[in-house]
Amino acid sequence: MKQNTLKLSKPVNLTRRKVTNSVMISLCVIAGVITILPLLYIFFYTTKSGISSLNPDFFTQLPKPVGETGGGMANAITGSLILIGIGGLIGIPVGVLSGIYISEYSGNITSTVVKFITDILSGVPSIVIGIFAYGIIVLPMQRFSALAGGFALGILMIPTVTKVTEEMLRLIPQSLREASLALGVSRWKTTLRIVLTTASSGIVTGILLATARAAGETAPLLFTSFGNSFWQTNIDEPMAALPLQIFAYAISPYEDWHRQAWAGAFVLIFLVFTVNLLVRYVTRKKY
Amino acid sequence: MEIQETEDIVTEDTDETDKISGRESKTAIQTKKLSVYFNDRPAIEDISLKIKRNTVTAIIGPSGCGKSTFLRSLNLMHDMTPKARVYGEILIQNEDITEFNAVDVRKKVGMVFQKPNPFPTMTIYENAVSGLKLNGKTKKSELDEIAEKNLKYAGLWEEVKDRLKTPAMSLSGGQQQRLCIARTIAVRPDIILMDEPTSALDPISTSKIEELIYNFKNHYTIVIVTHNMQQAARISDLTAFFYLGKLIEYSKTRRMFTNPKEKLTEAYVTGKFG
Ligand SMILES: Nc1ncnc2c1ncn2[C@@H]1O[C@H](COP(=O)(O)OP(=O)(O)OP(=O)(O)O)[C@@H](O)[C@H]1O
Ligand SMILES: [Mg+2]
Repeated sequence: MKQNTLKLSKPVNLTRRKVTNSVMISLCVIAGVITILPLLYIFFYTTKSGISSLNPDFFTQLPKPVGETGGGMANAITGSLILIGIGGLIGIPVGVLSGIYISEYSGNITSTVVKFITDILSGVPSIVIGIFAYGIIVLPMQRFSALAGGFALGILMIPTVTKVTEEMLRLIPQSLREASLALGVSRWKTTLRIVLTTASSGIVTGILLATARAAGETAPLLFTSFGNSFWQTNIDEPMAALPLQIFAYAISPYEDWHRQAWAGAFVLIFLVFTVNLLVRYVTRKKY
Repeated sequence: MEIQETEDIVTEDTDETDKISGRESKTAIQTKKLSVYFNDRPAIEDISLKIKRNTVTAIIGPSGCGKSTFLRSLNLMHDMTPKARVYGEILIQNEDITEFNAVDVRKKVGMVFQKPNPFPTMTIYENAVSGLKLNGKTKKSELDEIAEKNLKYAGLWEEVKDRLKTPAMSLSGGQQQRLCIARTIAVRPDIILMDEPTSALDPISTSKIEELIYNFKNHYTIVIVTHNMQQAARISDLTAFFYLGKLIEYSKTRRMFTNPKEKLTEAYVTGKFG
């Protein structure tokens, strides 16, 4: 009986394939390196330039008047935390809820419009959002305030949070929603307790990135929170913020202030970095 | 469990349109001219049938003939699909459920799906009592008892009793499916809908689930969609054959597989097409 033999022919262009393969791999590696290089560089450079001003004073003291060396950014650090807090209070719930709306209640006109508007909002330059906050909060209140700054940051966070929530919810298979509904669980409870919970680690990561972005924003704070050289925790008043302080110190003519600006940048990066790690740890895949 | 003769609880084929009220109590679900449209295209049309209480009814037919569509209309699942339109009546205990709140209906009409779908963020225990917990029942002693009872009932207890606190996703596919069954019966439905519950499972898991279904008859009315002719023959009392969105034949399973009335049914059950 004739046996079927499997004949492997050696491809003629084997060498070319191998070359193409290694070229592609190298390109990917290079791209990977290009991605992490700026971060490493920023990290080392800010550390190197800012570390000399990093002392307990930096975290506990207020800025010193022009001419005196020393002092710190205690007010700016606190201010940034407050501003981010206000921003988060606005941006996270609104973003998550509209993400839920777009993903879970899609198929009607309103939800399509919300999705469209969110996409546009994410493209609006942050300084324009600052002007918007100036127009609707600073002008009527007749003064700069942390409230206006936090509001601007909140608006800035909304599209990112919405987008990430929507995308994470869309990844949840329909069968999971149906499993819950089939148990006689209402739709909102299904969304909240099953869909949102299952997608939570992705959403938290997205919220975090949005918060980190907002923490570093300077432009929307320029005519809202404005900055303050003094201790201020009243959200009704102008408030210092790390990026504002960094900006002010960096463009100043004083050597000591430059170093402090670097230290401020270091603290900002470090904060974002730690929060990132922390949340990743908390929301790590348990299963 | 002992296999019982099912002949006596199956009423005659001819009583599908029977209106004698004395018989109503034997009917778990009745559909009248049930049609479902997706984007104005019919998926099922004018399905009228009675499903008998405490029996297993199999729905068979080639792919795309509307078996799932029919099944999902029985627990109002099409409510979730904006492009779906449902016409006709679905009577459970003489009440048209399409006029009821879907959430209440689904507590009485449970569903098991083709792919095992335990809640991935929950443990085995949490899954078993998920329906109750999500609906607000939180007393731990009660939940513990219910979890044990239903896991036993679903034939899973012995395999999981030492690892109730481990993630449900760590179970095998067949175990996951039995967990889903336990989860479904924990909300105490009267009717259980199953859409190809074993088609993603190995033969051993399949036979375990078939055994469950067989034993469940005493307590539940089961409607099962299956592609597996032997399965339909093994576990069901009545079989409905769907073709292109229409109900072609509905009769006792034994009759359906030995002496069908319609040529089309015969061609299908003998494997001439499908
Ligand atoms: N969500 C939906 N949107 C649009 N059309 C649908 C939807 N669900 C089902 N259909 C259509 O309805 C018809 C019946 O589908 P159904 O899923 O009920 O078939 P089935 O008999 O269960 O098939 P299978 O054996 O492959 O599961 C098909 O033509 C299908 O394309
Ligand atoms: Mg189907």
